[in-house]
Amino acid sequence: MAVDSVLIWTVIGILAVGTFLIRFSFLGLIGDRPLPPIVVRLLRFTPVAVIPALVSPQVIWPSATDGQTDPIRLLAALTTLIVGMMTRKVLPAIVAGSAVLIIGLQLTAAG
Amino acid sequence: MFVVVPFGLLFGVVALDAGLTLTQTMGMTMLVIAGAAQFTALQMMVDNAGLWLIIAAALAVNLRMAMYSAALVPHLGKAPLWQRALIAYMNFDQTYAVASMAYEQNPDWPVERKVTFFFGVATPIVPTWIAATLVGALIGKAIPTDLGIDFILPITFIALVGPMLKTMPQMIAASVSAGVGLLLAGLPSGMGLLIAAACAMVVGAYVEIWQEKRSATWL
Repeated sequence: MAVDSVLIWTVIGILAVGTFLIRFSFLGLIGDRPLPPIVVRLLRFTPVAVIPALVSPQVIWPSATDGQTDPIRLLAALTTLIVGMMTRKVLPAIVAGSAVLIIGLQLTAAG
Repeated sequence: MFVVVPFGLLFGVVALDAGLTLTQTMGMTMLVIAGAAQFTALQMMVDNAGLWLIIAAALAVNLRMAMYSAALVPHLGKAPLWQRALIAYMNFDQTYAVASMAYEQNPDWPVERKVTFFFGVATPIVPTWIAATLVGALIGKAIPTDLGIDFILPITFIALVGPMLKTMPQMIAASVSAGVGLLLAGLPSGMGLLIAAACAMVVGAYVEIWQEKRSATWL
């Protein structure tokens, strides 16, 4: 399907500027002014507060299966989480989760 | 750092598939440089959404980066403006997650060291991301989708969060985030994510304060 070229470049342009402004917001505007302690405390939670909500719907309702819950993807996600928490390392968690995913999908495809 | 490879490949494949030209795909990946938002924008273009709906959805997905920007202020706020601008351009999930993890483990690093570390993290990731997108766009439909390449991104994010779950407040915050994210998954893209994140931050901070007070009274 063809998407209108002017629309695409407009989306790219506005999205690029908007995204940069979002990323620059606090770093650029506030500079070295100190933040209140409660704000700092809240912000320390940002990664663990944002990323789970970003992935949980994808884990339960993967887009690749049209939203059907998939036991293999569920198991791969769980493996990643457990290995990540136990080893405290990112790469082993990715390797373990991907291994479960790929082997699982191959096995079901073969079976 | 090579976790961006499958994601970049996938974006290249999907973008061409959605009808973008090679130039448009590469322009988007280099200028926007935010995978989740790029996928959101693609999806909405394919769904024939209007310009401002596309922008709103993709920027909502990116709003979390305002929090990243704010979270980096205590560490990088004293750096020169041009460095902060450059860092802002490269401040996305992977670089932020790696950098904030390192800053948390080494709070006494001087600001120069923290800036250098951020550039050190971003320098291999950004070209890798761009190159992976290009390869994805070029090989296009040759990639078998049944390999589960779609799920490498969730796995990556989970792998980044897992090692951060060291304290009870962090685990509770992550659980609240995942739970509210699921409850609000029906909301327009990005909206549920922001509400879930705000809830999780407040609950996490509240539990942490409560824990500190309790241990203080016990002493």
